[in-house]
Amino acid sequence: MKLPLLLAALLAAGSALGQPVKIGELNSYKVFPAFLEPYRKGMELALEEINAAGGAAGRRLELVIRDDGGTPGDAVRVAEELISREKVDVLMGTFASHVGLAVSNLAAQRKILFVASEPLTDKLVWDNGNRYTFRLRPSTYMQTAMLVPEAAKLNKRRWAIVYPNYEYGQSATASFKKLLAAAQPGVQFVAEQAPPLGKIDAGAVVQALIDAKPDAIFSSLFAADLQKFVREGNTRGLFTGVAVFNLLAGEPEYLDPLKDETPQGWWVTGYPWQAITTSEHTKFRDAYRKRWNDYPRQGSVVGYAAVYTVATAVRRAGSADTEKLVEAMKGLEMQTPFGPIVWRALDHQSTMGAYVGQLARKGSEGSMVNWRFADGARFLPSDGEVKALRKE
Amino acid sequence: MSYASVLIQFLNGLASASSLFLIAAGLSLIFGVTRVVNFAHGSLFMLGMYLAVALAPGVGFWLAVPLAALAVGAFGAVAESLLLRRLYRAPELLQLLATFALVLVIKDFALWAWGPEDILGPRAPGLAGAVTIAGQRFPAYDLFLIALGPAVLGTLWFLLKRTRWGMLVRAATQDRDMASALGVNQKGLFTAVFGLGALLAGLGGALQIPREPATLGVDLQVISDAFVVVVVGGLGSIPGAFLAALLIGEIKSFCIGLGFSKLTLVAEFVVMAAVLVLRPWGLLGKVRAEVRGAGALEPPLRLPSRGALLGLAALFAALALLPALHAGYTLVLLTDVLLFALFAVSLHFIMGPGGLHSFGHAAYFGLGAYGAGLLVHKASASMGAALLAGPWLAALGAAAFGWFCVRLSGVYLAMLTLAFAQITWSIAFQWDAVTGGSNGIVGIWPSPWLSGKTAYYYLTLAACAAGIALLWRVCYSPFGYALRAGRDSPLRADAIGIDVRALQWAAFTFAGFFAGLAGALYAFSKGSISPETLSIPRSVDGLVMVLLGGIQTLTGPVWGAALLTWLQDAVARGVDYWRAVIGGVILALVLAFPQGAAGFLRERFAR
Repeated sequence: MKLPLLLAALLAAGSALGQPVKIGELNSYKVFPAFLEPYRKGMELALEEINAAGGAAGRRLELVIRDDGGTPGDAVRVAEELISREKVDVLMGTFASHVGLAVSNLAAQRKILFVASEPLTDKLVWDNGNRYTFRLRPSTYMQTAMLVPEAAKLNKRRWAIVYPNYEYGQSATASFKKLLAAAQPGVQFVAEQAPPLGKIDAGAVVQALIDAKPDAIFSSLFAADLQKFVREGNTRGLFTGVAVFNLLAGEPEYLDPLKDETPQGWWVTGYPWQAITTSEHTKFRDAYRKRWNDYPRQGSVVGYAAVYTVATAVRRAGSADTEKLVEAMKGLEMQTPFGPIVWRALDHQSTMGAYVGQLARKGSEGSMVNWRFADGARFLPSDGEVKALRKE
Repeated sequence: MSYASVLIQFLNGLASASSLFLIAAGLSLIFGVTRVVNFAHGSLFMLGMYLAVALAPGVGFWLAVPLAALAVGAFGAVAESLLLRRLYRAPELLQLLATFALVLVIKDFALWAWGPEDILGPRAPGLAGAVTIAGQRFPAYDLFLIALGPAVLGTLWFLLKRTRWGMLVRAATQDRDMASALGVNQKGLFTAVFGLGALLAGLGGALQIPREPATLGVDLQVISDAFVVVVVGGLGSIPGAFLAALLIGEIKSFCIGLGFSKLTLVAEFVVMAAVLVLRPWGLLGKVRAEVRGAGALEPPLRLPSRGALLGLAALFAALALLPALHAGYTLVLLTDVLLFALFAVSLHFIMGPGGLHSFGHAAYFGLGAYGAGLLVHKASASMGAALLAGPWLAALGAAAFGWFCVRLSGVYLAMLTLAFAQITWSIAFQWDAVTGGSNGIVGIWPSPWLSGKTAYYYLTLAACAAGIALLWRVCYSPFGYALRAGRDSPLRADAIGIDVRALQWAAFTFAGFFAGLAGALYAFSKGSISPETLSIPRSVDGLVMVLLGGIQTLTGPVWGAALLTWLQDAVARGVDYWRAVIGGVILALVLAFPQGAAGFLRERFAR
């Protein structure tokens, strides 16, 4: 117990860096391990790289990682612990939307920077946005908007929708209907199925969708629900001759378990890690494989970019003072494995994008083909709309 | 819906019913004989899934299924003989605590053994495709499941009605003390029944792998479904479980078919509430002999000694002085401990002196929190007004639900409280316009002069200490004595003119109010509330606190709340597999102190 402490002290003294910048990272590691274990590896890789290169603004970075138990109440307590006992300079993390919102609300109350890495809810930076909260990932709205151009291009008339019955699924559905109706007047939404999260009764849902005779389906299912839906749909022939759009289904976390069930031709958002050959991505992928002897998932990229965000902000602010950091975050430009991003001063949303493409199957492995990168900056509503939502 | 789709949805319902029945049958069997509310039944199901998925590539699906089921059965038998057997003489529900610990341990074991990613199993060889029925494609495997349900029912029927072993099981189900008095070896019987129940759970899980992936969350999803089926059917009744599974499977299937998919979130709990209100022992259940023996007898409450009172006063003084010595996170943690202590004491008030076991106490905690939150958010009420008024929403809810609940007893009562809690939860979860839906309500902070950690700590300390003191004091009032009389002997209490039901109803409402106060304090301490404040895990936490501390003591729930909250905080911070550690600690405590921590101390010092 003493030895690592001693070593750490020696290292700190040896590198002549001052007090470390402490990042308080809290996440639902036990509730969503499939996403968050790669996320953690991504964070640790970034941390090692940054510290090996001399830290930020002359200071080493340090991660204090906590499990938030997956509930807002516990997450707020854990965040309080990070703030008052660990004296962290920045809060980072969270996965589920309601946990993200609760921590964001605490960050505003306690006046500390919160870099929300994963939660997708639009409300985090819009309706409930505040001075201290910044969000990395493209939101539900942005990812939905990325799929709409392809959906409109197909010019299908009868659409059925299936979504997990909670805020993410509801807002994806609402955004999709609004955006598609605007892009393709006269479109019909013939069926809507909202199974409870994690408890889809796939056989009955698939049959109900077949009964509606749709030309196309928009789904925001993920994880176990998606797998059940795909297998039942394949068996019952729901997908033959029907175009399917599914948010997130191209992310390795959700795509890889599908194996030989992978439905061909679905339009999805995701992360084709094998195929992206930009120099920034290749560098990241090689480093990740070398460090962890495993391939990166979507979570790895998010964790990696989140730690780099804090380092870049500290560099720009020249200190870890909260107010200076908040100002530094506004309009911050930085590099990620997905290319350059900007942290918008307007609503504190990063312009990180996602890959849009189609699912394909080779042997018993699924992958994304015909993909292109969708830059997040191009899939946001007008500044006026955002301002109205933020009540500013 | 066309005729063809009505037929297909009917078949879908049958397939779900078979799956439900397999899980529920084992649970019902175990409860019927051992009276153990086996919380770990969903975990056994999950083990069955993972084992089958792991074995299938090597030995093939059709061999993997029986192997996985047998392995889970063996595990169940071992768990019963090493763990639960030691607890049958402990106070009722303590076995529940032990099985809850097993849930935590098995979950982390599965994560350790099979990793975090979902594993989609193979399709069943020979039944991989679909058959055409009425022009629609229907999975062949689902037809197999539809046939399997009645086959298992028939096998169990034969086993229970036509074999000597089955006769002993039925005897023990009806009156286990009498069976024991007649020389039936209870030990062997209990182990065998538990093993068989576990085997059925494992079989149910293994048979699901062609339909759904093995995931770490499946244990808790399955367990609530299984409880509902068992209770709707009538505890201990296997045909009842089959009937209930059919009913729920078909209702869900047609909810989806008719386009009311949002109802499936809560459909089974609505069914359960309706059935329990109309038929208090389930569809095919029977009134059972009360369990006799050491566990069922509770020593009367004695007035606390002078020393005990002084000790409590000293504790209060120490808590009041603490902020002078130490500010910061300790106060945040203690605020949580205090309000969970009030929550646990309010639950204990109905469970201990009231004898009404509630599995849905979070409903009142959450109603208090939402009451306060909505007043602040929608009516722009001040914090003081919201704190005072919020708990009344909880009391109102408790009065409404309690009126139905006190008409039942035992596990049926517990399950009805659970059903009401789930219904309340689903309303909060889906009523976006008012409750904020799944995100909840954000931005409920105390007035500025109370928003500091120290100030809020004092407010919580004052409110919780007053609430706890009042709840304790009431136990010694004529109301409390009458309540305990009603618990210990409803007949005699009735005979001397006590209206037991009215008393219990009043106690239920009274406890609901204080749970609501804890909830309102919680909302302001976190700055936000979400449907989780109403959810099953919150109710379970309350139960664990009460049972850990010792249900037959007055101060136990306070120690239980402190212990669990502290454990969750300290262990989750330092250890990767923190759930398994908490589970292990609970198991150790349960085995060492079957009377709960406070009960153990009392026994030691009473001698």
